[in-house]
Order: sequence, then C-alpha cells, then structure tokens
Amino acid sequence: MITAAQKPREEIFAMIRSYREAQRPRDFLQCLTVGCGGCASICMAGGQREILGLNEQLTEMARSAKVPVRFSSVTVERQCNPQFLEDIEDMVRDSDCLLSCACGAGAQHLGDRYADKPVFPALNTLFLGVDVDTGLYEERCRACKSCVLGQTAGICPLTRCSKGVLNGPCGGTRADGTCEVGNGIPCAWSSIYERMKNQGRLAEILEIKPPMDWREKGQGVLVQAGFEARYGRAGRG
Amino acid sequence: MKSGSNLEKTLQAGHFAVTAELGPPRGTDPAPVEKKAKLLRGVVDAVNVTDNQSAVVHMSSIACAALLLRHGVEPVMQMTCRDRNRIAIQSDILGASALGIRNILCISGDHHSLGDQPGAKKVYDIDSTQLVALARRLRDEKLVLASQDEVCGEVPLFIGTAANPFASPYELRAQLFAKKVRAGADFAQTQCVFDVAMFADWMEKVRSLGAHTACRILAGIIPLKSFRMARYMVENVPGIVIPDSILTRMEAAPKEKAAAEGIQICSEIIRQVKQIEGVAGIHIMAIEWEHRVPEIVEKAGLLPRPA
Repeated sequence: MITAAQKPREEIFAMIRSYREAQRPRDFLQCLTVGCGGCASICMAGGQREILGLNEQLTEMARSAKVPVRFSSVTVERQCNPQFLEDIEDMVRDSDCLLSCACGAGAQHLGDRYADKPVFPALNTLFLGVDVDTGLYEERCRACKSCVLGQTAGICPLTRCSKGVLNGPCGGTRADGTCEVGNGIPCAWSSIYERMKNQGRLAEILEIKPPMDWREKGQGVLVQAGFEARYGRAGRG
Repeated sequence: MKSGSNLEKTLQAGHFAVTAELGPPRGTDPAPVEKKAKLLRGVVDAVNVTDNQSAVVHMSSIACAALLLRHGVEPVMQMTCRDRNRIAIQSDILGASALGIRNILCISGDHHSLGDQPGAKKVYDIDSTQLVALARRLRDEKLVLASQDEVCGEVPLFIGTAANPFASPYELRAQLFAKKVRAGADFAQTQCVFDVAMFADWMEKVRSLGAHTACRILAGIIPLKSFRMARYMVENVPGIVIPDSILTRMEAAPKEKAAAEGIQICSEIIRQVKQIEGVAGIHIMAIEWEHRVPEIVEKAGLLPRPA
C-alpha cells in the first residue's frame, strides 16, 4: 500500500487562501475536497471520514480568518483510475479548485483529468509500506525497479538500511542491533544476517555485490504481461 | 608497488606503520592545515584527511590533501559514499590522482542526518565495498565502471578500507573484512581499540581467513582526553567498546592529569596491539589534538619514523 499523511492544516489552508487572494473569483471560493477510497483511505489519511474532519477544520479556519471559502467534499473509489474520476465531473464543474486527499499519483491524475482546475495536495505521500497495526505503518519498498530481495532473505537493504548498502552491514551497527542513525531503527543488515544464517545461506551475503543499476528511462510505465497486444507495446520500468 | 606511496613503502619494507588523522577546517583558511602539517611531519608516515567528518560541511578532503602535499606530508584521502554518485566518485579519484594523492580510504561515511545538513538528499549510490572494487578497477585496469575504454594516465592508488571489529554482529565482522580484502583493499584502519582482548580475537579470525597477508591492518588508536569523553563515546558511538578497567582509570585520574592518563593508556594499548600477529601498524585518531600526536608516537617507542 502507498501510505500518506495529512499535511498540517495551516499549510493546506495557506494554499487555498493564497489562491483565493490571487484569484478573487465570485464572492466565495468553492473548494471541492476529493477523498480517495484506495490506499489513502486504508492508511486513514484521505478517506471519507478524514476529509469530513478536514473540511470542518478548514471551514472553521476560513471563518476565523475571514477568508470567503466554502468547502464541499466527495470521495471517489480511487483517484488513480480514470473511470472513478468521471463520476465527479458535475461537482468539479461547480468548484473553483480541488483539494486532493490522495497520494501524489492520485492528485496528479485528478489534475490531468480536470486540467482547468487548480489541484492542491492535502497529503504528503510517504512510502510503500505494510500495516503493522491499526494506524501504524512501516516502509518496506522504494520501488527501485530492480528487486534484490532474493539475495537478502526478503529484507530490503535499499529501503531499510539507512545507507542502502548492498554489502552490509556498515560499521555503524549498535550493540543492540539498531542503526547508528538512531530512533531505534533496526539495522537491516543485522536482520538479514540473522535470517540468512537461520536459512543456512550465510555464504551468499559474503559474495561481493556489484553496484545497483539505477537506470531510469523517464517516467515509469508498466504494460503488464498479457496486455502487450492491447496497448501495442511492451515494457516496464 | 601499487602506488609508490610512503605508506605503502613503509608497510612493504616491514616497518610498523603510523598514520594520524587531520580534520580539514570549516572554511577556507589554509593556515590551520599548515600548522597541523608541521606538527605531524616526520612523526607519522601518512595523515588521513577526513571527508566532511560527522557529516558537517568542511573544506573538501581532496583540496585539503593537496594542501598537505605542499607541506611535505603524505595524505590518505578519505572518500565517503555519502555525498557523491559513481560519476563524481570516479571523477574525484582521477582528479586526486592527478594532484599526486596516492592513498585513498574508502568508507561509507557518517549518515547525514547526524550532521549539519540533515535535509540533504542522501546519495549512497555505491557502498564502501563497491568503492574499494571500483578503485582497484581504476588502478589495475584503468577502467571506469561499465566501460571498456581505458582512461589516460596511471592511477597509482594504495587502497584503504575501514574495519570495525567491535560492532554488532561480532561473529560476522572478520568475514566482512575479508570480503573487502577480496574487493581489493590494500590496507585497513580499524575502529579504535580499547578492548585489546576483543581485538586480538578478531585478529585471530582474520588470520584464519588469511586476510591479514593481502591487506595490512593498522589498529585504530584514540587518546582519551577525559572520563567524560570516554563515557560519551561508549554511550553514543556505535562499535566503541571501552573496558571498565580503562573507564575506572580515567575516572580516577584528577582532572588536570586526565589527558596524561589517556595518553599513557593509549601508549600501553599500542605496545599490546604491536605484539599481535598481523597488526602492521597503528592509526591515531586525535582530531583537534594533533599537537599531542608526537608525544603519543614517542611514548610508544615508534620514533624516529623510517625515511
């Protein structure tokens, strides 16, 4: 899942306010807060419940700051899918700007579909992670396009080692198995070592791993296997 | 001879080598570099120049190493993986080599979140083992990564690595060191030794892997200035182990005699590690205490240095 967290309310309000002051549209600026029922909802950052609370707070801030803005809301199933964005066309038409409560991909997708409306992000997109517990998420993947988990006992050193080393651990592992960076972050390579040892695969981490291939080919595109004919191209990355 | 550096020659000749460390200034004034160079010249075989130590912005290690050369002191240029991608690293190695820098120490570097630029974008494009391998490829094959086009000129490097015998997981540390030796390390400088027994145990494992013959090991030495410093290091620096016997001595020393006690302890440690088979020298890390290095080397009976 993509995890995200709400920006500070003051930052969100400041974006809306400065747009209102620059534009001076009708008496009231109509802002449509668009929630997302996908990942942003699962991690409790931008689902229906969160955006109702957010709108309430923003309305109160607008009132006390005497900034004429009205907030309405709608939650789509996923902002990263074009069909779901069609459903809100009428509401978007009646609004002056959009406040997206999706991840960065969803917010951009909303902006691409309704390119004449300014889109402001209400969330900061954080990482690809897992649910540790309700309201607690941990990063697991950096989407490096070149997965090394097979060599590292299923623990990603690029994500979970502070220095992203492939030939770890570095010399900064503390006696309690945490990273020199602090905050109690576990040393990924200590975990890799323990797990490889238990799996009888220690020799594998003593091989010298070459540098990663970070090659980027512009914006990432994925044509999933089996869909090549449909889109007239293959490819990923 | 791989590099012809003074450090390499000293080790090659079988002398017990001594290196020290110098932190570049936080600014442009070359005077402190000259002053420290004068203190260390003739007292040690080479001087490490740190690369933005503690992830705090300083004069670059290449520039400072070049200044040291002007003052007749041989530098060991430290290069971290923290701030440069593979393009910058290789370009800097070529530039350093052209400036006459012969020794390079390949390290991952203190994480930037611990320094004065916590908002920096981290690099760590390659790791320290890969940096060692990259330096060897440049020297032996005159090739940069992913290329078969030789670079012009020679790249005579004596390639160093750091080793930490005292960091968790302990049982893996000798093998990790051996891996860096396989990658191409010619010499190593270890994390500072206070627990000689623990260090001797690591050395025994290193010897059993045969890693001490391909790579010359310099034991890290830090003179303690005070009990407070000792306690701070134990509590905050990963991979520093100070036995209670040393902590007790530092605590018992009167304030005005603490530094002398620290130097006494370190000269004892030097004499002990010198007896361990496979230890080829020492590396004294006395940042901002460079003026005490001659005394430390003298007390350890390591003066004069071989010409």
